[in-house]
Amino acid sequence: MNTAVITFPGSNCDRDMLVAIRDVFGSEPHQVWHRETVLPEKLDFIALPGGFSYGDYLRAGAMAANSPIMREILREAERGVPVLGVCNGFQVLAEARLLPGALMRNANQRFVCRDAALRVENADTRFTAGFSKGETITIPVAHHDGNYFADEATLDRLEGDGRVVFRYLHATNGSRRDIAGIVNDGGNVLGMMPHPERAIDAAHGGTDGRRLFASVMESLAATA
Amino acid sequence: MKKRIFVTLKPGVLDPQGRAVHHALDGMGFDGVNDVRIGRLIELDVADTVTDEALGEMCEKLLANTVIENYRIEGAE
Repeated sequence: MNTAVITFPGSNCDRDMLVAIRDVFGSEPHQVWHRETVLPEKLDFIALPGGFSYGDYLRAGAMAANSPIMREILREAERGVPVLGVCNGFQVLAEARLLPGALMRNANQRFVCRDAALRVENADTRFTAGFSKGETITIPVAHHDGNYFADEATLDRLEGDGRVVFRYLHATNGSRRDIAGIVNDGGNVLGMMPHPERAIDAAHGGTDGRRLFASVMESLAATA
Repeated sequence: MKKRIFVTLKPGVLDPQGRAVHHALDGMGFDGVNDVRIGRLIELDVADTVTDEALGEMCEKLLANTVIENYRIEGAE
């Protein structure tokens, strides 16, 4: 499997993402700096990690969304390559308009850092095939800007099309309709605030995140 | 040439910062504040050749997120 983790200036979960993918996929991901203008060839999976790209200046993810490598990522996403954006990665994907909506400051203004119970709303995506619909899973959250906003028409459309993949069981950050993760209309781009790469090993306190990466790997193996 | 760009949250978008500041003003005893909305002022120093159209493009592509924000370029036609 040919995978890549993108690092922006201020990414700080890129190594965790790297370890998670290496561990689950059994091969070493490419590490790609955001200034690169080409991606390694024939990528099967691309991950945008968490962190604080550009110090969250202007808006979280806004500057990174215009990094040179993003042009390539848009192209790969259009080709159907699975792209995962976690936390700041989700913010970058939303700012790049690969996903609808925006991530705003948490409604209570506080940074939230804890295990979050999530309901799997759609288990038919290539990221969630290893879960069951309606299942409750536990994945840690750690963010200041995870308050998902989209207008009502967009929210209705996302829900109607099954594009809300994860929902918080308990109010976490003020997100509209408790949305924790969504996919694009092709189903190959997932943005989520919780950190699956922090739930890979039993020593992390849970391994539900591992199942997400395993789902991606199995979907790739099935289509190979 | 100095250009000022005002970026404000769209009506209907909750502004947690504004709400917190409103709360603080109330607590300080300032009566009669009906609402507080916090936006951003961006000052650009640009060459005279930079058109309002180009400034608009800067806003659309980076300076504002039009999903949640409006922008106004001061003095633009």
